[in-house]
Amino acid sequence: MTNFQIFTKGFVKENPTFALLLGMCPTLGTTTSSINGMSMGLATMFVLVLSNIAISLVKNVIPDKVRIPAFIVIIATLVTLLQLFMEAYVPAIYATLGVFIPLIVVNCIILGRAEAFASKNSVFKSALDGAGIGLGFTLSLTLLGTVREFLGSASVFGHKIEALQPYGMIIFVLAPGAFIALCYIMVLFNKATAKIR
Amino acid sequence: MKSSLRNMVSVLLLIALVCAAAIGWVYELTKDPIEEAKAAKTKAALSEVLPAFESVSTPEERAVDGDKIKIYKATSKNATVGYAIETFSNKGFGGKMKIMVGFKPDGTICGTSVISHSETPGLGDKIDKSKSDFSKQFDGKHPHTFRLGIKKNGEGDVDAITASTISSTAFTDAVKRAYEQLQAYMED
Repeated sequence: MTNFQIFTKGFVKENPTFALLLGMCPTLGTTTSSINGMSMGLATMFVLVLSNIAISLVKNVIPDKVRIPAFIVIIATLVTLLQLFMEAYVPAIYATLGVFIPLIVVNCIILGRAEAFASKNSVFKSALDGAGIGLGFTLSLTLLGTVREFLGSASVFGHKIEALQPYGMIIFVLAPGAFIALCYIMVLFNKATAKIR
Repeated sequence: MKSSLRNMVSVLLLIALVCAAAIGWVYELTKDPIEEAKAAKTKAALSEVLPAFESVSTPEERAVDGDKIKIYKATSKNATVGYAIETFSNKGFGGKMKIMVGFKPDGTICGTSVISHSETPGLGDKIDKSKSDFSKQFDGKHPHTFRLGIKKNGEGDVDAITASTISSTAFTDAVKRAYEQLQAYMED
C-alpha cells in the first residue's frame, strides 16, 4: 500500500463510521450539531495520531500477551493530557466538549488502529494512518451532525435558517434521530460507494 | 515479542510509570491556568448578573439539598449594591444545572447567567441567553410579585420554552432556590 493509499483509505474504503461501524457511541451521542460532531472528530483525530505514533514507537518492546493493557494505558494517558491542556488553554471549547473527551478512551477506533496498524507498521505510516482515519471520522461526524442539526433545529453550523424555523423536527436532535439519520446516510453512502469499494 | 512473566511485569510497570509521571507533570503545569480560567469565568458571570460594582466579597458557602451554593456580596463605595448567588438544580433533563443569579439589595432579580448545564442541544439549551430570550424574562422582576413557577403548570408566572418544560422548570427551580437562600442569608 502506498503512503497515499494509507492516508485516503479512511475516507471511503475504511471509513470508521459508515464502512467499519466503529466508535458508534461517540458518533450517536455527540452529533447533535455540526460543530459538536466536528469538534469530537478533531479531538479523536488528535488522539489517534498521537497514540498511533506512541504505539508504533514502543511496538517492539511490548510483550504480546500484555499489548492490550499497554495500549489502553498509553491511550488513556494521551486523552487525560489532552483534557488537561484543553481545560487550561481553550476553556470555551472544553465547556462544550468536556463531557465527551474521556469517551475517546473507549472509542474502539483508536484501539482498533493501534492493534491493526500501528503495532505492525513504521512510525511515519502509523501517523499517516491515524490522520487519514481520523479525518474520515471527522468528516462522517460533521456530515451526520449537519444533517441532524438541519432537520432537527433548522440551522447549519449554528446559523439559523429563519424561513425553516417552524419546521424543525425535534426528534432528529434527540437519541432516536441519531439512529434514523445514521441509517439513511449509511444506505446512501453504501449505494454511492459500492463501485469504489 | 514473546511474553515471559519477567518482561510482561517490567514493561507494564515501565509504561505505567512513564504515563503517571507525564500526567503528574502536566497536571502541575496546567493547574494554575485551569484555576485562572475558572476564576475568569466566575468573574464574567458576576459582572453579567450584578449592577456595576467595585469589589466582590469572598463567597460564603452554604449546604442546601445535598449540595452547596455560593453567595457573593458586591459592594461599591462601602455600600452593598447587590448579591450574586451561584445556585443549582437537579431537575434538569440532562442532570445538574448550575446558574448564577444576581439580586439587588431589595431582592429584585438583576440578571441570570448559565454556568454549566447538560440540557439537550437545540431544545433545553435555550435556557442560555445566547440561544433564546427565555432567561431574560426574570430580569428586573421581584419574586414577590413574579411567582417562580411555570405558568403552563399553573405554578407561577414563568413562560416555559416550547417543548422544553423540564429544562425551564429546572432553571426556575434554581432561581427559586437562590431567592430562598438570599432571604435566609439576609435574616442571619
